[in-house]
Amino acid sequence: MSLVARHLEANGIPTVIIGNARDIVEHCGVPRLVFNDFPLGSPCGQPNQPEMQRSIVGTALDLLESATGPRTTMQTSFTWWQGDDWKAKIFSQEQPWKDEESQKEWLAKKELYRQLKKEGKI
Amino acid sequence: MTHVRYIDKTREYYKSQGYEKPYGWANFDEVPFTPLKKPLAESRLALVSTSEVAVRTWDDQRTPLERGEGGNVYEIPSDTPASDIYSQSKSFDRFATTLEDVNAFFPVTRLKEFEAEGRFGSLAPTMLGVYNAYSQRKTREVDAPEVLSRLQSEAVDVALLTPV
Repeated sequence: MSLVARHLEANGIPTVIIGNARDIVEHCGVPRLVFNDFPLGSPCGQPNQPEMQRSIVGTALDLLESATGPRTTMQTSFTWWQGDDWKAKIFSQEQPWKDEESQKEWLAKKELYRQLKKEGKI
Repeated sequence: MTHVRYIDKTREYYKSQGYEKPYGWANFDEVPFTPLKKPLAESRLALVSTSEVAVRTWDDQRTPLERGEGGNVYEIPSDTPASDIYSQSKSFDRFATTLEDVNAFFPVTRLKEFEAEGRFGSLAPTMLGVYNAYSQRKTREVDAPEVLSRLQSEAVDVALLTPV
């Protein structure tokens, strides 16, 4: 995502990212980021909360206009409706990032990618 | 509470899962910047997303990789009903949230509202999805230029990007 934003920006198209993983996006370095401190999966707001989503998307539109240089991050004031407990649990043994089936699927896709690359198909 | 350090967390997590080599997150000193060329109210905006969005009415729901193809950039017409769009992603916090509302990660309905109110000029006729390339080099050298050329072909002025 960040890599795409950088390429567009370098070629004359202003971009804004709305994201949840602030450290990853800022580590890469992007022109404009609206950071919403929510779990991965809900960058643009809580599901089924259109007013909140509107505010967050509106912040991104504002940032397109107001940013004067790269690495401009704007954090929204929203907090997750169930508190911050989710933060301590992610990527823990208690809550594996992917269930067994998705993990297998992920590894199979990675292997498929390697295979297709080897065959020169991608 | 401060924001999650995903880089540190994933490093520890995958080490505990037996992966020796830590993932090298992309990192650059220089960051490009382009100011708006015209007022947002006159600008054409495109929605671009890596949230693995798919359309329920597609005949083939497989990803390009699953079909044995290399292309990672794909199109969803902007007039597709939001209720037909969903995400196939498994890379989200399934303990804390859901992907049941497409506008929480692919805010097409919210953008149409802002467009109707004149907040920006127009939504580009086509929205773009970009699948994970499993290769940063491929994202930089193949997929990102592909996104650029598709946006240019629709005279897009600004882009809003969302992950899942």
